[in-house]
Formats: sequence, C-alpha cells, structure tokens
Amino acid sequence: MPDATELELIAQELRAAEGSAQASSGSPVLETVFFRGRATLVVESERIGAVLVRLRERGYGFLASLHGVDYYPHEPRLGVIYELLDMHKVDRITVKLRLASATPEVDSVTPQWPTADHQEREVHDMFGVSFRGHPNPRRILMPEDYEGHPLRRDFPVGGEPVLFTYNEGETRGSAP
Amino acid sequence: MSAGEESTLSAYRRREQSTTIAPLEEQPRAHTEAAGDGTRRELLTLNFGPHHPATHGVLRLLVTLEGEVVRDIKPIIGYVHTGIEKTAEDKSYWKVIPVVERMDYLAYYFNAMAFCSAVETLAEVEVPRRAQYLRVIHLELNRIASHLIWLGTSALDLGAVSIFLYCLRERERILDLFEMSSGQRMHTRYFQVGGVIEDIPPGFARKLRDFLKDMPKRADEYGAILNANEIVLQRLRGTGPLDADTLLALGVTGPLLRAAGNPWDLRKADPYSSYEDFQFKIPVGTVGDNYDRFACRMAEMYESVKIIEQALDGLPGGPHITEDRKFALPPRHELATSMEALIHHFKLVTEGFRVPPGEVYYPIESPRGELGCYVRSDGSSKPARVHMRDPSFVNLQALSHMAQGGYIADMIATVAMLDPILGGIDR
Repeated sequence: MPDATELELIAQELRAAEGSAQASSGSPVLETVFFRGRATLVVESERIGAVLVRLRERGYGFLASLHGVDYYPHEPRLGVIYELLDMHKVDRITVKLRLASATPEVDSVTPQWPTADHQEREVHDMFGVSFRGHPNPRRILMPEDYEGHPLRRDFPVGGEPVLFTYNEGETRGSAP
Repeated sequence: MSAGEESTLSAYRRREQSTTIAPLEEQPRAHTEAAGDGTRRELLTLNFGPHHPATHGVLRLLVTLEGEVVRDIKPIIGYVHTGIEKTAEDKSYWKVIPVVERMDYLAYYFNAMAFCSAVETLAEVEVPRRAQYLRVIHLELNRIASHLIWLGTSALDLGAVSIFLYCLRERERILDLFEMSSGQRMHTRYFQVGGVIEDIPPGFARKLRDFLKDMPKRADEYGAILNANEIVLQRLRGTGPLDADTLLALGVTGPLLRAAGNPWDLRKADPYSSYEDFQFKIPVGTVGDNYDRFACRMAEMYESVKIIEQALDGLPGGPHITEDRKFALPPRHELATSMEALIHHFKLVTEGFRVPPGEVYYPIESPRGELGCYVRSDGSSKPARVHMRDPSFVNLQALSHMAQGGYIADMIATVAMLDPILGGIDR
C-alpha cells in the first residue's frame, strides 16, 4: 500500500497532469482517503479512463477487481470501485467514483482492461450503472428480462415469482 | 423453424438465442484442414451445458464450431445465482460467515478467511498467533481438498475414472479432520472474526500427521498414473495455451497465471495470517498450456503439505480467538460467574458486534487465484455491502481466448484445467 504521503503525491501528480490537459475543468481527484492502511483516490467519474491509464503508467498495471456499491440514502448514490495492483512493488491503490442515481453512467474501461468485461456487466446488472462503450452491455447473472437491480439498497428481498418452464408465459417479462 | 413456432418463443428465449459472434472473416483460422473439404465453411452453434458433467457445475457455453474447431465461446452464467451478496447485507457480521462460505463451495475456508480478515481490518481486531497458525493449517488442508476434487473431476473428463475415486478417498480424510476440529465436514464455520471458534481437539494433531505422512505418497501415485498415461499427456500438452501478458490483462490469477511462468502468489508476495513464517516454493510452469496448469496444481499439493507440517510443528500457544469480548464470545465457564460475560454474550448473540464505518478490500490467495472480499460498513451490526471478487468469475473470461482455434475435445480439457466453480462464479 502506498503510505499517506505517497497517496498525496499520486493525487498531486494526477491533478497536475490532468489539470493541464483539460484546463477548463477542475481537478480529477476529488478526495484522498487513507483508511486502515489502504489508500483510496476518489475521482471525478468523467475522468476515470484517463486516471486509470495514468496509474497504469505509474506501475499499477493489474486491475484486480471492479465492483459496485450503493450508498443509499446518500447522494451521489452509486459507487464504482476499481482495485489496482502493482505486481512489482506489491502495492495496491483503490480508485473510487460516485454516480448520481439520476444519471448512473460512466465510461467503460473494458477496451483498456479486458478483465473489466464481466465485472462491469455485473455492476450493470446489480446496480443499474451503464458503462458507455462496453462491447456487450447486457445482464450477466440475472435473467435478461429481469426488472430492477437487486443489489441496490432499496430493492426488496423476496416476493417475486420464480420462472419455471411451465409458467414461462404467465410471469412478468415474458412474451405476451 | 416456421414463423408460427418462432413467435411462441418468449422474448426472453429470443434474446438469449440472439447471441452474435464476430464475422467469419475476422476470426483466426488455425486448423483450416479440419474444417471440411475446404470449399465450404459452415459454422455450427452448439449449446454446451448447463447440465453437462464436463462443465463442472451449471456452466453453459454457446460454442461456435467450424467442423471440430472452436471458433467462439460465449459463457452464459447465472444458473446458480442465489444472491449471497444481498443476503449478507441482511445479517449481522458473524451470521454472514456461513453464507459467504457457500460461494465457492470447494474452498469454503478461503471465503470465510477473506470475509473475516476484511471485518478484522475494519474493526482493527488483532488475531492471536495461534489462531493464525490454525487458520493456515485449515486453509492449506482445504487447498489440498479443493485440488483433489479438481484432479479427480478433470481426470474424469479426460477419461480416467479410477483416479476420481482415489482423490475422493484422500479428500475424505481431510473432511474427517475438518469434522474433528469443527463438527462439520463442509461449510464448517470454523473461522470467526478474531480467530477460530475452537481450539483443535486432542488427537487432531496425530491424525493430521498421519495424513501428512501419506499425502505426498498418494500424490506421487496420482502423478505416476497420469504422467505415464499417453492419452492424458496427448490431451494436455500444448492445448489451450495462453501467455502471461494476456492472462494478466484478463485478470487471471492463481495456478493459471503461475502455469504461464508468472510466480505471483499472494502468500509470498503479500503475506497474511503469518504465511511469512513458512518455507515453501511456488511452482511455476513455462508455456502455460493445460499440462503446465495440471503440473502446477499437482506440485502445489506438496507445498501445502510442507506448510501444514511447519505450522503444526511451530504451533504457538495462547488463545485461539481474540480476547476482545466485544467481538468474540466469552468462554462458557465465565457465563456462570461473570455478569459482564453474560451481557457480552447476550449482545453478541442478539445484535452482534458493531463495526466502525469504512470500506476495506482484503485479498487472499485461494486455490483458484486472488479471492478478494470487499466489505463496507455503515457503523451498524450488519454489513452495508459484501462483495467477493471470486477468481472463478474473472478467470472464466480467459476460456474463449484459451480454447479458440483448438479442437472441441481440447476445450473440454481446457475447461477442466480452468477449474471453474460455479457457486463462486454466480454467487
């Protein structure tokens, strides 16, 4: 893990590099969090692709995990978390972005990081985040015609009909 | 199929069948001679699974074939999706452990370990060294058990039936040991936040040593059976190779990555639970084909035996679970005499303990690769989010890259060497 000082240095570098590239908009790094020995960069959602590429140039070449989280009832409500790993320095950094529930959209990183394919589909499936530019933006674990996003905090548990072959025509979402 | 039949299909079925593949011209042609007489190229889409014994669970593959050559594979998953991550949000922390254990059902200790460690990190609970060693013993036993099931079922896919029975025989002995220490054979709930639920009983060490004495000999026997078998070698050597860079881009870790020559193992690279105390080697392959994957896992079983031996020899004294009464149940005898212990017991059993707000991602090395548990706490006694980065789920993405351009029979071997566990993929 980078220590708190190095995290600030990384954030500073990102601010300098990205700030000069796009002078009109603000800093890509909104916040740095150092918690329990783990470093997290909270970045602006529009800049995620560029930030991840910069971090890859710094050595964080392995996207270990990509997952979603719902901060309901706080706003911006949804979060997408990228766990990056530097296999040479054995160093991890977490990149996090927050998305408002009204426009849960973010650029897909699958073109640069093929490992994100299934994981972005899972976040889309479970939280309803759209990944712009994903090559196959479909549900992955839930049925294709499923309504709602089960891992959102306000999604009720239970009470939905189970789809079997015999009631395929009767349940919600099947053909008329 | 006539138009009338078409319309009786539900929208769901139609969408499911509408999977597209890349245009034929863009696809690699490795074995052109196998694709018929060469005048006509015809593609066949074959549905493989979900209920096929060679898919190691309810994995469904839409395979596009040109003759016998695999051109494209689309994994379709979700058949055993049980919403474990959602269930976990509805339970207090200590009740989540049995639920997450059922994700990757062959490596249950690893799931519990990742979850408990993440919660311990959040709550800053210190795990006693004896508990860390006991955890290592059980983790490595579980790794051997998981690899034994992999070896048995993979050999079954390759046509060797007897080895499956031998592997299960050895696994039974491991399950007997689990039963001794925890009372359960599978999904033992042995790991707790702060340590392990009970110390190992008398006789466990002796029985474990007997097993450790036998296991390398058994593994030698299995290696002798398979490594001298021309059919097995023909089907594994040179099939499904993938280089380390592609594997890394696809996020593949564990034995699959090590088989391609990258010695990445979290037990060595970023030791947790006192793994730094033990001497062991990391088996690596050279070319990253199915044989290397097979050989890496076989060699890992010997290394696990070595780790367990060292952990058992150096087992430190002291408590097996943290003394912090806010997180661990008080010993039974204290309940009769101490009011405070009774209160702690009551609070822990009814509400559970509270964890300070925060988020932690805790990765460990499972038999299949990096198993990471992400836990977000909102300060209550239930986790606000539990996510498992399951290695099977991520590794599955590499399947089409491994099997494309090869024969369909080799795809079976590749799926077997991929070792996907559908409980972990679908969660």
